[in-house]
Amino acid sequence: MPENPVLDQLTIPKSNSFLRWLTRNRLVLPGLLIALLLTLAALLADVISPYDPMVVNVMAAFQPPSSQFLFGTDRFGRDLLSRVIFGARVSLGIGFSSVGIAMIVGGFLGLVGGYFGGKWDAILGRIMDIFFSFPLLLLAIAIAGMLGPGINNAIAVIAVVYTPFFFRVARGPVLAEREKEYILAAHSIGVEDRRILLRHILPNILSPIIVQASVTIAYAILTEASLSYLGLGTPLLTPSWGTTLNEGRTYLQLAPWVSIFPGLAIMLAVLAFNLVGDGLRDILDPRMR
Amino acid sequence: MTKYLVNRLLTMMVSLFGVTVIVFLLIRLIPGTIVEQMLGTEALTSYETIASLRRYFGLDQPIYVQYWEWITRVLQGNLGISWRTAMPVLQFIFSRLPVTIELTFIAILVAIFIGMPAGILSALKQNTWLDSLARLVALTGLSVPVFWQGTMLILVLSLAFQWAPAMQWVSPFENLVTNLNMMLLPGFCLGTASAAVVMRMTRSSMLDVLRQEYIRTARAKGLREWVVLTAHALKNALIPVITVIGLQMGYLLGGTVVVEEVFGLPGIGRLTLWAIFQRDYPTVQGTILFIAVMFMMVNLLVDLLYAFLDPRIRYA
Repeated sequence: MPENPVLDQLTIPKSNSFLRWLTRNRLVLPGLLIALLLTLAALLADVISPYDPMVVNVMAAFQPPSSQFLFGTDRFGRDLLSRVIFGARVSLGIGFSSVGIAMIVGGFLGLVGGYFGGKWDAILGRIMDIFFSFPLLLLAIAIAGMLGPGINNAIAVIAVVYTPFFFRVARGPVLAEREKEYILAAHSIGVEDRRILLRHILPNILSPIIVQASVTIAYAILTEASLSYLGLGTPLLTPSWGTTLNEGRTYLQLAPWVSIFPGLAIMLAVLAFNLVGDGLRDILDPRMR
Repeated sequence: MTKYLVNRLLTMMVSLFGVTVIVFLLIRLIPGTIVEQMLGTEALTSYETIASLRRYFGLDQPIYVQYWEWITRVLQGNLGISWRTAMPVLQFIFSRLPVTIELTFIAILVAIFIGMPAGILSALKQNTWLDSLARLVALTGLSVPVFWQGTMLILVLSLAFQWAPAMQWVSPFENLVTNLNMMLLPGFCLGTASAAVVMRMTRSSMLDVLRQEYIRTARAKGLREWVVLTAHALKNALIPVITVIGLQMGYLLGGTVVVEEVFGLPGIGRLTLWAIFQRDYPTVQGTILFIAVMFMMVNLLVDLLYAFLDPRIRYA
């Protein structure tokens, strides 16, 4: 990439034209709205949930959706709507924190590796290649299977498998950027490396990283749901979407709603972040248009 | 080409070494040691028993010695013995392999026959409602959890046709109809996300090619649009698509774990999961190493095919 179209585009929006800039792709705004709503639901779960998601009420077991229980109830009479709302907290929480870790670690390593090059860059690259040599989900299943279920374990596993992606996304543009004249100029007037990295290079490679983060959150939510569905993610009592789906499979015919709503929630969340990531890439990278 | 090939093989050897190290270290992640896991909470176990078990598993040796002994056995095709079934792990894997391969194969067909036409159509009708719809459907396909999609299809089919996933797997060579009856639906579920990826790649690659100057030239010299599209555009547009399809095969090898679990199919993925829950560590290591090596082989073939199809790669 001789010129980085991503960067040139990102500098265009001023605050007042930001919305118009965002709507250059029809799907970003809906995606952003759904993602925001879900995040709000996750944050305000205690306030907006009609019931306590953990309270067992055997008398109300397997109630179909009704005005009293909008999404019905499960085997223990727990309100499914409340469990889905609290599930947003678990799933988005794991998604945001694991991707945050992967972004900081992978981004930092990519930045440093790409900028300084040499032996450490080569070694880092080889290590990342090793991670790319596994089917991602299989690696996640293998590590999670060994560590055992748990929220922190799930975060760690997902952070590990997605770190190489951020390494790659950060390193590539750094290679292109460090050869540019303004970096040479900064060097020649004696600016130190740390300052060049943080003040000059980082802002210029931020947009591909943001796009990657948005898409990766979508995949992290999907990965967490898969792990939890298999019994390797969040522990049994947690009201996470995947865990609830896992519980629902044994009485699929009897109470299909237990299997329907958490799945819809996963799809909606993943779709929202995919729309944002995809739309941003579309806006930032004219080649895809 | 030779230089490219040698280079590619060398990097693969490095990665392969790394993969074996990770698979070897994997069982070190379990809380405690294998011996403690095996003995569980039996408090009566004497110190001698623990010591002899540790010796048996070589845990009293330095870790690089343990790795060396393990890797020499693996290189001789000995993946160890399953703790739960006493069957050689490699033999165990081979008995499950046909299911996983068939599943992956069906999924790839689904991805190609849905993804490519949809992508081409979407590119030709760029920025129309048809294009937007196709892109939204593709994104939705990428966002549906495969296990949920499977569950919902089972639910609908069981309500409408009293269909149920079969209990016993039948080889396609034994009874093709029975086999397909049980494999088509899982294969379709597994292939959905890949179809979406293939569609998006086909679309962007096609758009990219259509903007090239040689397409303008082809049109300028009066070729019919159909000829321009098929003989000139599509031929080049499909090169990156082939790569993506190859890479998807690797992704599918991971996805089979989930699909096999949902539909109760006896493939390698479900074997891995079973071994994890049974704490059958030789089988866990064996299956993961096996799938990772398969994944690397597929990626190697894809890269070579790519270099073969696109001369710009091998002469770069």
